Amino acid sequence: MIPQLVFYVFATVLLVSAVMVISARNPVHSVLFLILAFFNAAGLFLVAGAEFLAMLLVIVYVGAVAVLFLFVVMMLDIDFTKMREGLQHYAPLGACVGGVLFFELIMAFSDWKMVPASTIAPLTGAPGLTNTAALGTLIYTHYVLLFQACGLVLLVAMVGAIVLTLRDTGMGRRQIIDRQHARTPADTLELVDAPLGASVSAQGGFLRPHQSYHETSVPGSYASGGMIEAEKREEEV
Amino acid sequence: MTSAIAPIGLMPYLVVSAAMLVLGVFGIFLNRKNVIIILMSMELILLAANLNFVAFSSAHGDLSGQVMVLFVLTIAAAEAAIGLAIVTVYFRNRGSIQVEDATMMKG
Repeated sequence: MIPQLVFYVFATVLLVSAVMVISARNPVHSVLFLILAFFNAAGLFLVAGAEFLAMLLVIVYVGAVAVLFLFVVMMLDIDFTKMREGLQHYAPLGACVGGVLFFELIMAFSDWKMVPASTIAPLTGAPGLTNTAALGTLIYTHYVLLFQACGLVLLVAMVGAIVLTLRDTGMGRRQIIDRQHARTPADTLELVDAPLGASVSAQGGFLRPHQSYHETSVPGSYASGGMIEAEKREEEV
Repeated sequence: MTSAIAPIGLMPYLVVSAAMLVLGVFGIFLNRKNVIIILMSMELILLAANLNFVAFSSAHGDLSGQVMVLFVLTIAAAEAAIGLAIVTVYFRNRGSIQVEDATMMKG
């Protein structure tokens, strides 16, 4: 009796919060209801005996994805009341598509049964292991390529997100290979005779034979006049 | 087979998952203007798929379904990160995130 009760409580709250996600007026409320939905889905996972995935759902979704959503919603300065204008206009079409989809799913459920005996032995891991340990033995042996593909997907996503959002202001110190190759020793290096007993502390403790010491590798960056130029460039962009 | 969902049965899980899927699709149509809510609806759809995977995995006593949930979670996180990055760049360039404003590619 207890598992059914827990299941129906979690399922009810999950569905109600899913409705609120798509119908809340304020997107911040939507994100908060999304977090509630993820918590309840984690509860459903627990009822189904998938403890590791339940904790993973809480950590990954509530800890990372939902916070990312919240950050973007709060960062973008959007007039959300204007967003709600065409709502009645779109609701009938969405209801039609949703209704057809739900009807099709009911039809699929009405005439469906599980294959009586699977010909493939189920992958359960060693008996007596906890869910997390059994999943670990599977992931690192049978599904190791899938696991590596996960890492690759995350790497590509990380690179993509950085490339998309990196704003180049032209202020950074960067390497220009051509300029480095074009440099000759005479440009920067000069042997000087330091006079015996004479101090060079007026020059900061060094003898500075060339003006090139005061130049930056990228013209227009970091020098006092260069800062202004770079700001002008940014304004034009 | 003494699976964890035996006292509940597979069917309630499938019904909840189907309802989540329909709600996600309906949310995409309902919030046609707001890209962020559309992304959230996609998260709901992926959650429905995860729920199905876990339910069948538990009913069959086969852990492969839970490994697939791991993969789906990875894809969902990557998709959310890339999608929100695109939304941020789009808002920076156009000053709005309305889907209907994205007409530049029409030529």
